[in-house]
Amino acid sequence: MQLTGADIVVKSLKEEGVEYVFGYPGGAALHIYDAFHRQDDVEHILVRHEQGATHAADGFARSTGLPGVVLVTSGPGITNAITGIATAYMDSIPMVVLSGQVMKPLIGYDAFQEIDAVGISRPCVKHNFLIQNVEDIAATVKKAFHIATTGRPGPVLIDIPKDITAQVTEFVYPKSVDMRSYPAPSVSEPSEIVSAVEAMLNAKKPIVYSGGGVVLAKAQDELRHFVKALGFPCTNTLMGLGAYPHDDPQFLGMLGMHGTYEANMAMHDADLIIALGARFDDRITGTLDGFAPDAKILHVDIDPSVIDKNIKADIAIVADVKDVLNAFNTELARRAKDLNASLIKDWWSQIQDWRGLNSFWYEQSDDIIKPQFVVQKLHEVTGGEAYVTSDVGQHQMYAAQFYGFSDTHKWINSGGLGTMGFGLPAAMGVKFAHRDADVACVTGEGSIQMCIQELATCKQYDLPIKVINLNNRYLGMVRQWQEFSYEKRYSNSYMDSLPDFVALAQAYGHVGMQIDKPGDVEGALREAFAMKDRLVFMDFITDQKENVYPMIESGKSHNEMRLRPGKPA
Amino acid sequence: MRHIISVLLENESGALSRVSGLFSARGYNIESLTVAPTNDPTLSRMTIVTIGDERKIDQIEKQLNKLVDVAALQDITISGHLEREVVLAKVIADASQKPDLERVVDGFNAALITVSETQYIIEMSGSSEKVDELLKSIDGLVILELARSGVTGLSTDETVLAV
Ligand SMILES: Cc1ncc(C[n+]2csc(CCOP(=O)(O)OP(=O)(O)O)c2C)c(N)n1
Repeated sequence: MQLTGADIVVKSLKEEGVEYVFGYPGGAALHIYDAFHRQDDVEHILVRHEQGATHAADGFARSTGLPGVVLVTSGPGITNAITGIATAYMDSIPMVVLSGQVMKPLIGYDAFQEIDAVGISRPCVKHNFLIQNVEDIAATVKKAFHIATTGRPGPVLIDIPKDITAQVTEFVYPKSVDMRSYPAPSVSEPSEIVSAVEAMLNAKKPIVYSGGGVVLAKAQDELRHFVKALGFPCTNTLMGLGAYPHDDPQFLGMLGMHGTYEANMAMHDADLIIALGARFDDRITGTLDGFAPDAKILHVDIDPSVIDKNIKADIAIVADVKDVLNAFNTELARRAKDLNASLIKDWWSQIQDWRGLNSFWYEQSDDIIKPQFVVQKLHEVTGGEAYVTSDVGQHQMYAAQFYGFSDTHKWINSGGLGTMGFGLPAAMGVKFAHRDADVACVTGEGSIQMCIQELATCKQYDLPIKVINLNNRYLGMVRQWQEFSYEKRYSNSYMDSLPDFVALAQAYGHVGMQIDKPGDVEGALREAFAMKDRLVFMDFITDQKENVYPMIESGKSHNEMRLRPGKPA
Repeated sequence: MRHIISVLLENESGALSRVSGLFSARGYNIESLTVAPTNDPTLSRMTIVTIGDERKIDQIEKQLNKLVDVAALQDITISGHLEREVVLAKVIADASQKPDLERVVDGFNAALITVSETQYIIEMSGSSEKVDELLKSIDGLVILELARSGVTGLSTDETVLAV
C-alpha cells in the first residue's frame, strides 16, 4: 500500500496498539496532524502545553505498564516537552515521543522553529532517531517501541522532517526488530540463584528493599510470595510503593530521606540487604560512608550499570526481577526444610521496638487542617483503591507516607527528577487509561500552578479528576529546608498573590471547593468523590508550618534520623 | 590507571556525540578519542583513552554498553595490546640545529619533511610514551605547531572484537 510518511506514522502507531497520543500541533507536524484527521483508530488528545502532553503520556504509562505516546512540533514544541521526557527518563518509564522537524534541506540553516531535537534530548532519552528517508519511518517506529519497552524501559524520541512526512512510499510494518547492538537482557544463572538463597537462609538480620523495578516488571505477586516464604521484613522505595501491601505486618513502610524509622534503622543494621529493582539512589542511602556497614548486598536489576554504581554488591544478578523472584521462589520451595524462623526472631523484636516509636506521628489539631490528616481521610473515602498522582514537595511525601497503597501502578509520582507540574497532567493520562477508577492528584499551591492550564484539557475530555490541593501558602519543602538549614531565612519560599482556586476551577468549568476546618475534611471529600462525572478542585487550607518527619538530612546516615520533636512519651 | 577502551560503534549519525556526551555528562575523563570507519562500512572503531580506578572503568564500560549504538567493546589494556599515535610537529631549525634534529629523527625512526629553509615537520608514529620522549628530545627547538592523533590500538592476543 502506497502511503505518505504522515499516514505511515499514524498507521505504525496503530500497529503498535496505541490508543492515545498526547500532543500539540505546529507547522512541522501538520502533515501528521492531517493524517490523524483521516482516521479514527488512534485518538489524539489535545493538551494545553507540551509538558502536559509528556506527563499525561507518562501517567498513562505508569498506570498501565504500556508505553505513553507524545506528538509535538519542532522548536518550542520539543523544548517544552523536554522536562516531561527527562521526568520519564529518570524513572525509567516507557515512552515514545514523535517530534516534527523542519524540512530536511533546511536543517542546519537556523530555519524558523528549528532546534536540534536529537541533540537537545540526548542526555534524557534512552535512544533517539532523526528520520532521513520516508522508507525508514515504519522500521524506526518499530525499533522505538521495542527500545522504549524492553530491558530497563525509557523514553525514545523520533524526530521527523516535515518534507519526509509528505513523501510517499510502500507501507509495510515490520514483524520483528533485529538490532545487533541492542541485545536481549541477560538472564540469571542457576548458580547465582542457589548462592543468593543460601545467603538468605543464613541471614540473621535480613531486609528486602524493593524499588521501581518491581513495579515496571509487574512482579508484585512474586515479591509477596517471596517475602512471605522467608518471613523477612520488606521496605519499598518511593518509586516502589504498592508492591508490598501497606498494612501487612512484614511491611516496614517506605525507606529513605522521609521513610520510617524502622525501615531506615533496619537498613542500617542489616546483615543482608536484598535489593530488588532498586538503585541505591542518594535519597535512599544517605551518606555512602555510613551506609549499612555490616550488610552483605544482594543486588538484582535488569540494568548492569546500576550494579556497583553507588554500593558494591556481594552477589549481583542481572536479569528481569520477575524471573529472578520466580527462580528464588522455586529454590526456596526446594529448600523449605532449611528455613529457620528462629534465626531472625531477635531481629524482628528489634524491629518491633523501632516500630514502637511511630515515626510518622503528628499532632492533630481541632482548628487547623493537618495535611497528613487530609491524606489519611482520602485513603478512607476512596477505600485505598484510588490512583494517586502527586506533584513535588511536602505534599508528595505526605501522600507517600499516609495514603497506604495495596497495589503497584497506583502511586504515580516523579521520584527521580522531582518535577513540579507533573501531578495534574499525569492524572489525565491515568484517567484515560482507567475511566471508572477514582483518580486523585495530591498537589500543593506551588506545583499545581506549573501545569494548571491542563484544567482546560480535563474539561474538553471530561476527566473527573479530584485535585487535592494542600495549600500551605508556602513552597513548603523549600521552607522546611530553610527552617532546618538556613536559620529560618525564608528566602522566596512564600507564595504571595495566590489565585482564588475555587473561582479558578469554576472559570475552567469545574467544581471548586475550599475547606479550612478539620471537621469538614471528610465530608467534603465524600461530597467530591460522589460527583462521579465532575472534576473537583479541593483547596484545603492547611497548617503553614507543618514539616515532613522523620528526615535524614543530607550528609547523614540512616541511624541519624531527625524525628518530630514534642511527641509525648 | 590509564585504560584503552576499544569500541565498535554503529556507523549512525549522532553516534559519536552519544559517546562524547556520555563522558561529559557523567564527568568521565577523556585523554584521547579517535574514531574512523572499519573494513565493515556499517561499523566504526573508536578508541578511548581514559583514566580511572577499577570502579570508574567498570562504570564507563557499562554505561558505554548501554548506548544503543555501541555494538561491542573491549578494554585492551587488560590483554596484551599494541597502541599507536601519530605525531606531527612543525619546528624551527636553522642550519646549525639541523644536524642535531636529523640525529634525533633517525634515533626515533621518524621522518622529516622540509617546509622551508628554517622550518620542518617531524612525523612519527609510536606509543604515546614514545611520542612524549620524542617531544622531550626536541625541547630545545621552537615548536610552531603540534598535532597528535590520539591513540588507536588493537589487542595482540587472538581475541577479536566483533559483532
Ligand atoms: C520544576 C521544579 N522547580 C523547582 C523545584 C524545587 N522544589 C522542590 S519542592 C518545592 C516546593 C513545592 O511547593 P508546593 O507545590 O506548594 O508543595 P509543598 O512543598 O508546599 O507541599 C520546590 C520549589 C522542583 N522540584 N521542580
